[in-house]
Amino acid sequence: MINIGDILLPAGVLGSMGVVFGAGLAYASKKLAVPVDERIEKVRNCLPGAGCGACGFTGCDSYAAAVVNDGAPTNCCSVGGDGVAKQIAEIMGVEAQATTKMVATVICRGDSDHCKTKYEYDGLMECRAMFLASGGDKSCKFACLGLGSCAKVCDFGAITVENRLVKVDAEKCHGCGKCIEVCPKFVLRLEPYHAPSVIRCRAVEKGKAVREACTAGCIGCGKCAKLCKFEAITIENNLPVVDRTKCVGCLECVKGCPTGAMSGDLNNRKHAVIKEDLCIGCTLCTRQCRFDAITGALKEKHTVDASKCVGCGLCAAKCPKKAIELVK
Amino acid sequence: MKILLILLSGILVNNFVMSKFYGTCPFLGVSKKVSTAAGMGIAVTFVMGVASLVTYLVQKYILEPLNITYLQTIAFILVIAVLVQLVEMVINKVSPSLYKALGVYLPLITTNCAVLGVTILNMTEGYNLIESVVNGVGSALGFMLAIVLFAGVRERLESSKIPKCFQGFPSTLIAAGLMAIAFLGFQGLI
Repeated sequence: MINIGDILLPAGVLGSMGVVFGAGLAYASKKLAVPVDERIEKVRNCLPGAGCGACGFTGCDSYAAAVVNDGAPTNCCSVGGDGVAKQIAEIMGVEAQATTKMVATVICRGDSDHCKTKYEYDGLMECRAMFLASGGDKSCKFACLGLGSCAKVCDFGAITVENRLVKVDAEKCHGCGKCIEVCPKFVLRLEPYHAPSVIRCRAVEKGKAVREACTAGCIGCGKCAKLCKFEAITIENNLPVVDRTKCVGCLECVKGCPTGAMSGDLNNRKHAVIKEDLCIGCTLCTRQCRFDAITGALKEKHTVDASKCVGCGLCAAKCPKKAIELVK
Repeated sequence: MKILLILLSGILVNNFVMSKFYGTCPFLGVSKKVSTAAGMGIAVTFVMGVASLVTYLVQKYILEPLNITYLQTIAFILVIAVLVQLVEMVINKVSPSLYKALGVYLPLITTNCAVLGVTILNMTEGYNLIESVVNGVGSALGFMLAIVLFAGVRERLESSKIPKCFQGFPSTLIAAGLMAIAFLGFQGLI
């Protein structure tokens, strides 16, 4: 026989312990209450509450507090996505965070000097019209046709045509995307304005086929991926893909590219300079440098070998004395 | 003498993290900075000390007279959960920055098996009230010693050149293992 007391007794004991402890905690929470900005509570309620830490903070609570108190960006929660970012922005009374400025970029370098033609076109000087005639006269089927349909739709006069290749003035471009819609060859793409290196070829064919049509095209050799010490470049479909989150802008890929298809501003490449008076010789920077550009023994002033430095900025970020500066 | 022995055993010889492998989660999670690790250690010390005291009273004056010692685990967890809540409130009031740094690991002390482990060990070892509290505090100090030392090691690891395949957690785990071997040296002390 089950004795009903055997069940009720432990239940009662645990229950009353719970009530006593609960009452104690309730009293303590009144006594120890910390005044909290009510917006923290509101922001916290928008967040998923998983406490995963993907935002870079220790959990949803601390992220909510950081948004309200320290003005952290409202779009850090990758779990909640755009919806959550919008809600948070509304609570904080700020506009949803503007993303990085994007500009239309021509993913082709095949002007008349580089890209061969397969026939002589004699018709309406309009990219889309030419495209109907066997995909245009350029030998490479991925090449910019260079008749300027995009330039005609651009409201800001940012696009010009030079030697059968369009050029975008990044300063004038607003990133509206009108030109991208109109291009029959899809050679225009939005890229970050500050992108250090951009692959300017979209020929997914094997190197030999690309080479036969155009001398400026990417042959998919993969040298850039090998040179990248930050694993930011992978080769997909015979073309490099740059992971912008990993790229530090050292421009090694641009320097090493045999065809020049990987383009970037090598002339304005930065390099690190150590301020001698601030350097304490801790060797932190020498250990950070992946290019062996910094030399110097412990407790002695370090020097940067400008010929080896690529301006990636790893050393400057780690220097405890802020003694390293990146200059052009 | 026995008190001293229990204290020393808890701190060095039978170190919870290093020889019993209790509480490994916060040990690896909050050991990135010495200051946070010390904060965690203090919080755990408080919880373990007070939990030893309260669970002893619960065991002796509630569970045993009523002959329901099989409720030990759930009753002890209840006590620990309440204490952790209390610690959370106190830390939030006293030091918001520490509260922020500890983050999710603070409420996770509730599920830290080191805390439940020490309270149950007190009972199986048959310690009296004072011995229980001393054992709780000693074990917690051992935890704090381990986590603070380890945080120091990790701070050094951070800025050293490590082969790529060992970066991050692999090197951390290896360092933890090496430290456990070092603690093995205390084995003959008692």
